[in-house]
Amino acid sequence: MSIASQAAQAVPVPAAMPQPILKVEGLKKYFRVRKGLLARNSQYVQAVDGVSFHIDPGETLSLVGESGCGKSTIGRMIMKLIEPTAGAIYINGRDIAPLSRRGMQPYRREMQIIFQDPFSSLNPRMTAGDIVGEPLLVHGIADDGERQKRVVELFRKVGLRPDQMPRYPHEFSGGQRQRIGIARALALGPKLIIGDEPVSALDVSVQAQVINLMTDLQQEFGLSYLFIAHDLSVVKHISHRIAVMYLGKIVELAECGELFRNPLHPYTEALLSAVPIANPRKTRKKRIILKGDVPSPIDPPPGCRFNTRCPLAIDRCKVEVPEFREVAPKHWVACHLR
Amino acid sequence: MDTIVQQNLASGGIAATASEDPILQVKNLTTVFQTRSGAVPAVNDVSFHLHRGETLGLVGESGCGKSVTSLSILRLIPARAGKVEEGSVLYGGRDLMQLDDEEMRRIRGGEIAMVFQEPMTALNPVLTIGQQIIETILLHENMNREQARERAIEMLKVVHIPEAERQIDNYPHQLSGGMRQRAMIAMALSCNPKVLIADEPTTALDVTIQAQILELMQELQAKFGTSIIMITHDLGVIAETAHRVAVMYAGRKVEEAQVEDLFEDAIHPYTQGLLQAIPGMDSEVEPSGQRRRLYAIEGTVPALADLPPGCAFAPRCPLATEICREKVPPLVEKKPRHWAACWNSPRPYAAGQA
Repeated sequence: MSIASQAAQAVPVPAAMPQPILKVEGLKKYFRVRKGLLARNSQYVQAVDGVSFHIDPGETLSLVGESGCGKSTIGRMIMKLIEPTAGAIYINGRDIAPLSRRGMQPYRREMQIIFQDPFSSLNPRMTAGDIVGEPLLVHGIADDGERQKRVVELFRKVGLRPDQMPRYPHEFSGGQRQRIGIARALALGPKLIIGDEPVSALDVSVQAQVINLMTDLQQEFGLSYLFIAHDLSVVKHISHRIAVMYLGKIVELAECGELFRNPLHPYTEALLSAVPIANPRKTRKKRIILKGDVPSPIDPPPGCRFNTRCPLAIDRCKVEVPEFREVAPKHWVACHLR
Repeated sequence: MDTIVQQNLASGGIAATASEDPILQVKNLTTVFQTRSGAVPAVNDVSFHLHRGETLGLVGESGCGKSVTSLSILRLIPARAGKVEEGSVLYGGRDLMQLDDEEMRRIRGGEIAMVFQEPMTALNPVLTIGQQIIETILLHENMNREQARERAIEMLKVVHIPEAERQIDNYPHQLSGGMRQRAMIAMALSCNPKVLIADEPTTALDVTIQAQILELMQELQAKFGTSIIMITHDLGVIAETAHRVAVMYAGRKVEEAQVEDLFEDAIHPYTQGLLQAIPGMDSEVEPSGQRRRLYAIEGTVPALADLPPGCAFAPRCPLATEICREKVPPLVEKKPRHWAACWNSPRPYAAGQA
């Protein structure tokens, strides 16, 4: 599978006025799995199967979908923590997909990632101050004195006290640890931050603090976020645009308000209607309850991947893959019926 | 439930409907854990009751004591870790805390069953789904193995597991997360318990699967009249399933009300903060660029080993005054059938006050 042939098939991305900070085209990741005793027949998990989107400067794009839809794999591919099987990843117009580890070095300053679990993503043997200062050390940016000053500044920025710098991760609460993760991500002055479920492990009251911090920092530094999450109420609050994924593909992409007002893909509709609303008197529209489970990504259904659970599926959906097309301004959907 | 409300002083200020007695009554429950930093009260003087066919929501953030409460009711706290120091759990005229182990075993699973968050850890991985359900049935019901197997298949059908006759011989890992949770609910309901304690039953599930499971639980409640204690941190799940809600903070119950009253007219500043901190699903999206700031409760939940004197929420509370930092506020009926433990919220309502 050559990268060129993949890129040729890639779905076009809506043109934006400024140059996007990130543009992804025809991105794929197939993981090989072995089945059977002699591993004779390799099979592939089609974790991400031809995904395209872009993010503008200062914008938050969210990737939503249920477990196994491929959203975290996309984040990791953009960071080049795993190698894409095919496709292009443009950072400021330059494709980083084919770059080696060393070639990636200058681009690592442009983008950083925050992980879900603030307990396992911080080195327990390093002090909070050293964790936040490490990227500066690795990139050889500042001498000891300057680095110290920068770390103090970063601590203040994320709402931690500089006197907490000598403490170890286990001495902090979950929310504070996530602040350390954010300070570390900010250390190199990146333009793009990928948040892989950054608030999912936090309690509601603390989650709100971290969300507010992320929106404040976005405004202050003009950051772009790729926000990977499954909690739709958080996503609704923080996103400018939202891409909905199902079994390795984006099925719908629209501006935040438009998506919630006017979901077009039957999966998006079901997903939105499934979220419990914290209002006992709310008379909700009839909840769509999907039948069954998400099929295995090793052997996804032919045609539209959602056809096995779609309440509206027709024969065509079972054989023909729906095209991802712009059905209203900036509103993209992959469904034969829309 | 349109019944006359009585003030029940003995239960620490809890309303009981006059028409019938509660099926389960927890009184002044206090569970203490022994840790390196000393004795820690994970549950502190908690009382509540549960009516027939009712769903009581138990809500709070991690470490508030909601799960320990449920484990205490079923006496599942490992003896070397901690114990129930005080309080009683009345069920069917008996105090569960006084029963011997054999009697307690018959209550567990037979009368009061439990569904856990993680079906993968709660189910035994080396036994088939069927073996585990049949074992439960044989322990509690007067049936032979064949009858028990039939009942197990019937239960799997009740929870809408397709091809129940085949799935019954599968191991837990062969089922998807949603199906495993269904199997666990089938097991919990297999002996027709009167009370079901569900501890974060949908937290590990995707939202479309969560919708399936919540719908299933409501369907089964309507069918069997089961009383449910729904333990969760998700206020959306509470709003959609509970009739009545108890809010916990740092081991204590801080507020209790009918679900509509709690969401529309929360009294305790902690509950108010919690409700405001959820990004609203039913609100309109603001135009791009104008992100509303979420209300955030300052600070973090205090460590149970290091609770402040007075109200545990005082260090984070915007309304806290001198007395809050000194004395633990009592739970008082502030409005009809609406209790809160707060020094600064409105005065107790006049009618029926003790």
